[in-house]
Amino acid sequence: MSVELCGLKLAHPVINGSGTFDAIAARQVFGEQLRERFPFAAYVSKTITLAPRAGNPPPRLWETPAGLINSIGLPNKGLDGYIEQDLPRLAELGIGAPGGEGERTVPLITNVMGASAEELARLLEACDERAEIAAIELNVSCPNVHTGLDIGADPRQLEQVVRAVRGRTRKPLIVKLTPNTADVSACAQGAEQGGADALSLINTLRASALAPRVRDNRAGGHAHPWLGGRTGGLSGPAIRAVALAQVAAVAARVAIPVIGMGGVQSAAHARDLLDVGATLVAVGTESFRDPEAGARIALGLQSHPDRSKA
Amino acid sequence: MSEALFGRRLLTVTGNDQLGAYRVLRADDPDGPPAAPGQFAMIAAAEHWGGGEEQRPYLPRAFSIARLRGHECHFLLEHVGPGTRRLCELRAGDGLWALGPLGRGFTAPDDGRRALLVGGGVGIAPLAILQDTLAGDAAAEGPGSAASASATTVLLGFRDRARAEGAALLDGARVATDDGSVGHHGLVTELLAAELQRDPHAVVYACGPAAMLEGVRAMCEHTAVPAQLALEAGMACGFGACYGCVVPRRGGGYLRVCVDGPVVDAAELEHVDEHAGAPA
Repeated sequence: MSVELCGLKLAHPVINGSGTFDAIAARQVFGEQLRERFPFAAYVSKTITLAPRAGNPPPRLWETPAGLINSIGLPNKGLDGYIEQDLPRLAELGIGAPGGEGERTVPLITNVMGASAEELARLLEACDERAEIAAIELNVSCPNVHTGLDIGADPRQLEQVVRAVRGRTRKPLIVKLTPNTADVSACAQGAEQGGADALSLINTLRASALAPRVRDNRAGGHAHPWLGGRTGGLSGPAIRAVALAQVAAVAARVAIPVIGMGGVQSAAHARDLLDVGATLVAVGTESFRDPEAGARIALGLQSHPDRSKA
Repeated sequence: MSEALFGRRLLTVTGNDQLGAYRVLRADDPDGPPAAPGQFAMIAAAEHWGGGEEQRPYLPRAFSIARLRGHECHFLLEHVGPGTRRLCELRAGDGLWALGPLGRGFTAPDDGRRALLVGGGVGIAPLAILQDTLAGDAAAEGPGSAASASATTVLLGFRDRARAEGAALLDGARVATDDGSVGHHGLVTELLAAELQRDPHAVVYACGPAAMLEGVRAMCEHTAVPAQLALEAGMACGFGACYGCVVPRRGGGYLRVCVDGPVVDAAELEHVDEHAGAPA
């Protein structure tokens, strides 16, 4: 089941979606068994920004039919905190550091977000200097400080941003596409033409929830958003069919590899994404229900033949 | 603190008994590491989890471990939404997914302080295992030991008579009810104030509704009595991955209730806010 993505050799095709598995917290909870049984073939970090962020005020979660809306707000230690504090702790888990003789290591993909090409360039240059980081994923679901538009929502803007920062790193550059756009295939093509080495999709679908009426005494009868960040992103099985359509459309349009994700709960769901053209599959919200889900799905894929060979 | 097994495991429900307005769900957990008082588990029914009201539940639910009896693990349930409703329906022989024990629990009293356990509503659950543990420690140290001298006092508050039946989960509890149907007519924090006035050389262990915890926190701050508060928050994962269960930390930033708590030193909080939306 080993697979290659942009020169990275992976033990199997299942990785985590950014922001859905915190390896450092998981080690605190599960201890050293996490290292021995790490569930993903590569580890994708939470989104890292230049400056530290506390994240959105609570409430941050809302359960939907077969899904979850989150409005977390990208809390992170900032670039310096990530490099100084997180990289050594990840290395202790065998993530992102060359291991000793016979030691299994898990490649580290660092996800970064910036509100401008200048910010992204600084993030990419800093990541480029670190041997621990195998590849960089750009989170482009972020408003451009100059235009106010989501960087990833407009094909031409996305192409320009990727082209502007592409030269700042020699490492593989993955662009994580937003599904909140009129034409995801056009955005995919823009990212490819700008110089992306791979694409990942789908990110969460923009979503909102209103506070329950019974609890909503302060709102005076007006609709009142439940989430502290007002809107959030929908994930989980509720978005699986959307993900399958978008991954298929993008894989048909571009020549670069695609990492497919969105509502994957089982090997059968992962196989669907691989069969429509994904090279890797990411597991996200399902890991919240079962931290071992990535390993379970990777194991299941071995006995889930791809349709072309079936 | 016990490390959780990596990955969820399938338990068998051994019983689900009515206790006033609550239910005590029991499940056989032969492989789970023993829980420390204050730790919790993420649980979900193995069958028909989803497809209820509004096509929920989807995520597992966080529950304090209320008691351990050999390999049997007990949870205290109150039906407040589609997840708790489904858990209340479970019967002996049904399957229960569990991940845990998770989180930081209570720490034992030191310098001879007596333990004051203060609970409200379904939040009394972690105080039951805490009382068992403190009693076990006292028994192990023998009569006349520091632990046995620091006998525990249990103060519990409920809305009404049906909920007050939950007090049977602990031994020797003094009860307050909002409607005066059982025990003291008023708030459990009024019982606490009297106890602290009588003897302030105590450590307070509290779990319950946000308003009660805030009352406990403010009182303990005012009287300089150490307090450990078991918090509740809506969680998607329970092991630090989702960052969804945060509460504001004194001095800025947030605590993750699942990995920085659920038991926190009261001094870490400026204020206990309304729970951040448990997916019930």
